[in-house]
Amino acid sequence: MVEHADIRVVHRGGSKINFRAPVISDDSRLLLCASGECVKVYSTSTEECVHHLRAHTDVVTGVVLRPSNHLQVYSCSMDGTIRLWDFTDAILIKTYVIGQPIYSIYASAQHNGVLFITIPMLNDKTSEMFHLVAVHLQQSTEQLVEARELSVVISHVSSNPAAIAFGRAGEYLASTKGLQLEVFFLKKQKSNRFSLKEENKKGRKNTFSCVTCHPTDDCIATGHEDGQIRLWRNFSHKKEYTYSTLHWHHTTVGSLCFTPEGTNLLSGGVESVLVQWRYNQDTQRDFLPRLGAAITHVTVSPDGTLFTTTHSDNKITIIRSGAKVSAVIQGLVKGESIETDLLIDPRSKALVMNGKPGHLQFYSLQRDKLMYNLDIVQQEYIYQSDLQQFEVVKAAFNSSGNWLATVEREQKDAELELNLKLWAFDDQTQSFVLNTTISAPHENRITALCFSPATDSQTTTVLVSSSKDGHFKAWQLAAHTEDEGPCWSCDFVGAYHGLVPSCCCFSADGSLLAVSFQEVVTVWSSASWELLTTLSQPPGDIRDLCFGQLSCSKYLLGTSTSNLLLCWNLLTCSLEWSTSMDISLLLADPLSENMAAFCSQSGYTHLFVFKPSEPRPIFSQKAVCSGKVMRAVFAPREEMLESCEESSQWLNRCQLYFLSQHMDLMTFTTKAEEDKLMDSSKQLVIDDTVAMTPFHLLLGKRRKEREEPQPAVSSPSAQRSSSSIRELLQTPAHVLPSTSYLCSMFVRSLLISVTDNREENNEAEGEMDSEKEEEDSEEEMDTRDTRPEQVSAESVSPALTKAQLRELRRLKKQDHSWLQGLLDP
Amino acid sequence: MASFKPTKIHVYPKLGEKVTQDTLYWKNYKAPIQIKQFGAVSNVAFSPVAPYNFAVTAFTRIHIYGPFSQEPIKSFTRFKDTAYSGRFRSDGQLLVAGCEDSVVRLFDVGGKTALRMFKGHTKAVHLTDFTSDRYQIVTGSDDYSCRLWDIPNATELNTYREHTDYIRCGVTSKLNRDLFITGSYDHTVKLFDVRTDKSVMTMDHEQPVESLLLYPSEGLLVSAGGRFVKVWDLLKQGQPLVSLRNHHKTVTCLCLSKNGERLLSASLDRHVKVYNTTNYKVVHNFDYPASILSLALAPYDESIVVGMTNSVLSIKHKKSPSESKDSTSQQRRRPSYRMFVKGKNYIPKQDDFLVGKQVKEHLAKHDKQLKKFNVSKALDTALESWTRRRKPEVTVAVIKELNRRGTLKNALAGRDEQELSRILNFLIGNLVDARFTLVLVTPAEMILDIYRSIIGQSPVIDRQLLRLHELLERELDYQRELLEVLGMLDTLFASSLPRNAVELSLKNLCCCARMENNTFCLLEVL
Repeated sequence: MVEHADIRVVHRGGSKINFRAPVISDDSRLLLCASGECVKVYSTSTEECVHHLRAHTDVVTGVVLRPSNHLQVYSCSMDGTIRLWDFTDAILIKTYVIGQPIYSIYASAQHNGVLFITIPMLNDKTSEMFHLVAVHLQQSTEQLVEARELSVVISHVSSNPAAIAFGRAGEYLASTKGLQLEVFFLKKQKSNRFSLKEENKKGRKNTFSCVTCHPTDDCIATGHEDGQIRLWRNFSHKKEYTYSTLHWHHTTVGSLCFTPEGTNLLSGGVESVLVQWRYNQDTQRDFLPRLGAAITHVTVSPDGTLFTTTHSDNKITIIRSGAKVSAVIQGLVKGESIETDLLIDPRSKALVMNGKPGHLQFYSLQRDKLMYNLDIVQQEYIYQSDLQQFEVVKAAFNSSGNWLATVEREQKDAELELNLKLWAFDDQTQSFVLNTTISAPHENRITALCFSPATDSQTTTVLVSSSKDGHFKAWQLAAHTEDEGPCWSCDFVGAYHGLVPSCCCFSADGSLLAVSFQEVVTVWSSASWELLTTLSQPPGDIRDLCFGQLSCSKYLLGTSTSNLLLCWNLLTCSLEWSTSMDISLLLADPLSENMAAFCSQSGYTHLFVFKPSEPRPIFSQKAVCSGKVMRAVFAPREEMLESCEESSQWLNRCQLYFLSQHMDLMTFTTKAEEDKLMDSSKQLVIDDTVAMTPFHLLLGKRRKEREEPQPAVSSPSAQRSSSSIRELLQTPAHVLPSTSYLCSMFVRSLLISVTDNREENNEAEGEMDSEKEEEDSEEEMDTRDTRPEQVSAESVSPALTKAQLRELRRLKKQDHSWLQGLLDP
Repeated sequence: MASFKPTKIHVYPKLGEKVTQDTLYWKNYKAPIQIKQFGAVSNVAFSPVAPYNFAVTAFTRIHIYGPFSQEPIKSFTRFKDTAYSGRFRSDGQLLVAGCEDSVVRLFDVGGKTALRMFKGHTKAVHLTDFTSDRYQIVTGSDDYSCRLWDIPNATELNTYREHTDYIRCGVTSKLNRDLFITGSYDHTVKLFDVRTDKSVMTMDHEQPVESLLLYPSEGLLVSAGGRFVKVWDLLKQGQPLVSLRNHHKTVTCLCLSKNGERLLSASLDRHVKVYNTTNYKVVHNFDYPASILSLALAPYDESIVVGMTNSVLSIKHKKSPSESKDSTSQQRRRPSYRMFVKGKNYIPKQDDFLVGKQVKEHLAKHDKQLKKFNVSKALDTALESWTRRRKPEVTVAVIKELNRRGTLKNALAGRDEQELSRILNFLIGNLVDARFTLVLVTPAEMILDIYRSIIGQSPVIDRQLLRLHELLERELDYQRELLEVLGMLDTLFASSLPRNAVELSLKNLCCCARMENNTFCLLEVL
């Protein structure tokens, strides 16, 4: 076994965007949020990601706008650096090295050149004590600056960034920790501490959860774990302070925020309701309910027009003018566990898994974007912490993607409620529509669900579900009633000696169904539901079953709890080979003979790729990640890779994605692929602050295409002019000659040289005309394609009269699409 | 900001009869007209010619009714005792009737007095009919004999004494003037040919025969007696074809619908059943207030006339096509189609700026309350009498939703006597419904938990709790019996049937066992 240097494990998309509160730019057009090791810049109007600010080597823990320059932003990270960025162009300006992991960052307009950061008191990562320090940033021209001027402001603070806030005009800092509120007056350099009792009369917890300060008034708002909001006033006196209480939330207040004018206070929590309190009118409040998931951060744009709420399901909602949701930036939702396996939607090639409670999420791997959430449970979600909800536990697609089967489960005390739902793909709405609901399909949990692969469109697909109640059932689409469409019904119930079935698998041609009953693998004919044969290799229950694909379809592979990988030959019904391996996951590549086995050993997972015909791995990688890999999937590539190296050939058709123990989505890439990706990313530099919508990209490409033939016709003067303009713009201003001198040169460069012939002008005119008609359809494209030929014809015969020319131009503009229709039947 | 998702109301498979073409056909009759007679209506016969009057034999009278009048157009009252079997001749001119006093009378439909009197029987005559040549009469009597009479001479042509008990029914062939069939209380049905002196065919019905019917083709004979309706194939020497047992009391009357596709049987159990004559399955059922003695269908099924023991004649007329349409359109006047599509099919021009109109979401009453987290009010709206009675699945869905939210206890608590009795009423009505049991067991237990302390304070609630208790005990017994039966069935089937059938029955068994467990829990609490 050789280690292959050119195949690498990389993180692929879906990083958290709800880790820290996002920052909105001054003009409310861009939104910046920390996401893993980079800062993502989104457009607030189009929801598209405009830039990635990449340079940090560890998790980014805070983003704050530079108070003195609203086009620059500071970001801090666990890698111990603060970086200053120009976020409109994604340029790293400066790096300040602190040398200790930074947990949060604050800035105030009143303190120029000073940043406040939270770092551990002792210089190691494990310490639980933090203090807030002020960093004085030196003015220097170097890129990399060592910032060593740290002065402690408040010690013993919380590492949570919501626990510290700047007061009116940066005069004081409010910091909360546990049951204590500390107000530190920066001018006087003294602090007042206010403590609350552990529990009040009703047995509620008074612990602070968040704090914010009024922008123009001396008022501090604190949120508490019992759902109360306290407004503290007169806190400059140690004894005569007062506070008033606002109460609507029933559990912890997740986040608090004042609007820039200070007229409203926004709060959010687990209830997923954004509450707007009128400042000084405590009884009045507005609600924005059903935002989707628990609110973790609330922020307001500097001009007060936009609110954003960050939710626990990796989502940022942008709310315009306080009432309407205008945009939703949704990342990959990662719950505590992925109950449904990782699936690939055969239609859209999207990754499918359960995300939001009761939903299936469709995640585009190519674009790293959540496409949509499919509501499976179709029930009002109640935001209450200790409530049992319906969960989507199993899902399966048939091979053409026409049908989706889902299982939802609600476990309430002893009784179990199961629903099996079948969804048909509707071509008109381009989404899945509920076809059949089967309540209580089994009496116990469903362990496996699979569709039979349809060899042709005529054969009906069969769905097989196996359950812990000892049965497996085959469901079939049947035209049931005359007034309704076809619906699914049970076709066959199978059992084997009262044993519990654990997994089921169809052979590649759909003729055989293998169901494992503890130690025994039963093979059934899917046409007659006859038990054909049984295979077993005791001791040890069967954990995974997989048929070989393509040329290896005569093999059935299984893994057992006694750490064996078994391969049966179905023609001889005997064991072909077996090896001893602790395999946690076995899966087959649908497009080739390859099988991938994740094998866990001493806390690490190793990957082996092999063909069932021979027990020798064609690829192996040790220590893919730590912990067990339980979920993985082969995703077919959009275009086949042309890799000739033997070790990386298995990645040619499909890409292997897997979820690590920490729910990170990872994949394997080859070096050639990475190089290609780098090239393409270089091409995609966007010089516009406006977001790159797919529409824009499309149009831009088209425009470029159209511009391409031009240089061939146009004179070299155009190039000359552009080069002189570039020279003009790129040379630093202080070395340029005087403007009067430049002006004449500039104007001359714009002039068209005398040698140009008239046809070219006409051509340019025609070009402009066509540019006016921006909403061009494909038919018009065709007409334009024919144009260069006509132009050449014109240049060959310059003796045309003006009237003829006009006629010709009119002809050009006519719609020739009908001709196109005639040409290709 | 997602919109509120309404409570999912589970669609249960429809129980009860399905709506078929037959039910639609047989339901398409007006409300019955009831006419009081002097005694039990023993026979109803339609005139074979238009306007299809019918003769109703009741006590000592025979009344002739027109198709739409409620008053008799004609009455024959010259009977000394109870009259029987008033039947029309095929030309509708003559009517013959038997009598308790053993005299058979022949009437002209236009006249009043009897044209002929046939004397010869010694006991009551229950069967009289014309032969198909229109000149002879067949009679059957309680003196075990049946006779053939000549109408012009009023003389007896022949006597057949083959039956050994009362002759109560008979039918003459419409195609052959020489054939007639009689049914007797000696359990036999005999086919006679007047050209010979003996019966030519005998069929054993095994029950006293009450009614006979010949198919229009006369190849098949239907006999009714006891709880059985039997069909015989006359062309195969009286071979029995089918035996139907759909009534639970004596079947008294038989009748065919207009084209012989449906067979109707009336019985003392107050039901009229409609059979499909191709597969002899019951396709429809009518209920009547009293035991039925006689039944007749007008030609083309224009009306159904039923005579009952409580001396009521019930006439149901068919709805006219316009009427049947009216009844549906009168229910609700909907806005016209044009109203709905108004402005909807307008295609915006290229430069038009579209201003979307916000669609107002419509929520059911209980959903509105659920949206506001008013759990008690949501339960109240779901328990409104109309919803509770007509759509129990809505109430059950709301209870389920409340249970999912964990607020069912709050919704059930703090009720006064009236409200609590309403909930208990609902539980009593639906708890043993297999579709709802699983959901309703939880609130039942909760109610018992919450209101345990107040038991004994209100007689209304106490009575209802006792009823619930009784209901559950009955259900338990029933389930236990079912289990026993299933156990027996399983031992029978285990050897002979393929695997999946056994599994199916096993599954049912488990189902029942689970249900029983639930009910057991409840009983313990009670």
